[in-house]
Amino acid sequence: MTGPFALIGALIVLAGAAFLFLGGLGLYRMPDSYTRIQAGTKATTLGTLLVLAGAAFLMPGWWIKLMLILLFLMFTNPLSSQVLARAAHRAGIRPAPETRADALADDQGDAS
Amino acid sequence: MVETILIAAAALVALAFVLAMLRFLRGPHAVDRVIGFDVLTIISITGIVLVALVEGRAIYLDVALVYALLSFLGVIVAARYLEGGEE
Amino acid sequence: MARSVDSAKLFGLLLLFWLLLNGSVAPGTIGVGAVVAALIVVFFGGSLSFLSGHRLTPDALIATLFYLGYFLRELVRANLAMARIVLSPSLPIRPAIVKLRTRLTDPVARLLLANSITLTPGTLSVELKGEWLYVHWVSATTTDPEEATREIVSGFEKYLEVMYG
Repeated sequence: MTGPFALIGALIVLAGAAFLFLGGLGLYRMPDSYTRIQAGTKATTLGTLLVLAGAAFLMPGWWIKLMLILLFLMFTNPLSSQVLARAAHRAGIRPAPETRADALADDQGDAS
Repeated sequence: MVETILIAAAALVALAFVLAMLRFLRGPHAVDRVIGFDVLTIISITGIVLVALVEGRAIYLDVALVYALLSFLGVIVAARYLEGGEE
Repeated sequence: MARSVDSAKLFGLLLLFWLLLNGSVAPGTIGVGAVVAALIVVFFGGSLSFLSGHRLTPDALIATLFYLGYFLRELVRANLAMARIVLSPSLPIRPAIVKLRTRLTDPVARLLLANSITLTPGTLSVELKGEWLYVHWVSATTTDPEEATREIVSGFEKYLEVMYG
């Protein structure tokens, strides 16, 4: 783990870890399921992206496998968030009181 | 220097893990727990990559990849279940 | 005709994935990969068609690059915005679930659009019903569908239209 890029790589990993921490904090602080998903999914996606990119700087020989993990996560992470958000809405979880409008609930009210 | 930075990163990841675990334990709704679980698994994947870096063993990356695959399926199945078989 | 082109694309993609996973191009590895990829195409080709819908014209490839660049920039902006919210003691959010309309018709393009929306500043796709997208927006500036569409969807749509046109 030496070489000219090791320090840069380590700093990128650190930045990624910081975003993961922010994601955890958001997940804990946000008032309802939807805002929690928002905080969780965005921060962890960028956080993981940075950690994996930093790891590629530290271990250049691993870049192909790191890239595969990254591609997979970039595609599945938002997907599972969306599926969870949909599940939350279908399970009847209403957004927090400060939410101004819920077009989806309005439209479903029209249909039924 | 590099080692120190990586340890600091590991500490931040551990803190994130604790916060997500708190959300997982608190709920209040089952959906919130699954959200917490989803974030927990992604943080764990990063943790595994960090361990791979420190240990210098590439085989852990395969573990991370398979773990990512399985946790994604797990979350999807849990979400389908929570939707309650509508449609 | 279109079907066999799709099958070839899917086969190539699966084989590439296999070789990347193995990190080697030894004849044995290629052989096993080719056999398994062919079997997957024959037996599961229909349900994996979402992997081969991408157009391979130069236009589409350039659009893909621009799309990735735009996407990464939006992802960073999204995180900075979210960090500001999470770190301020008062938690300044003004959420709303708004409705948007997309012009995209290809299911994969719609899925990518929904994914992109989820990762861009303050928005999360909740439900996809035909051409209508329902989006949770942390700091909503409008609840009007037309305006929301302009603000959230348009940036991605113009690239995805070329990629999957």
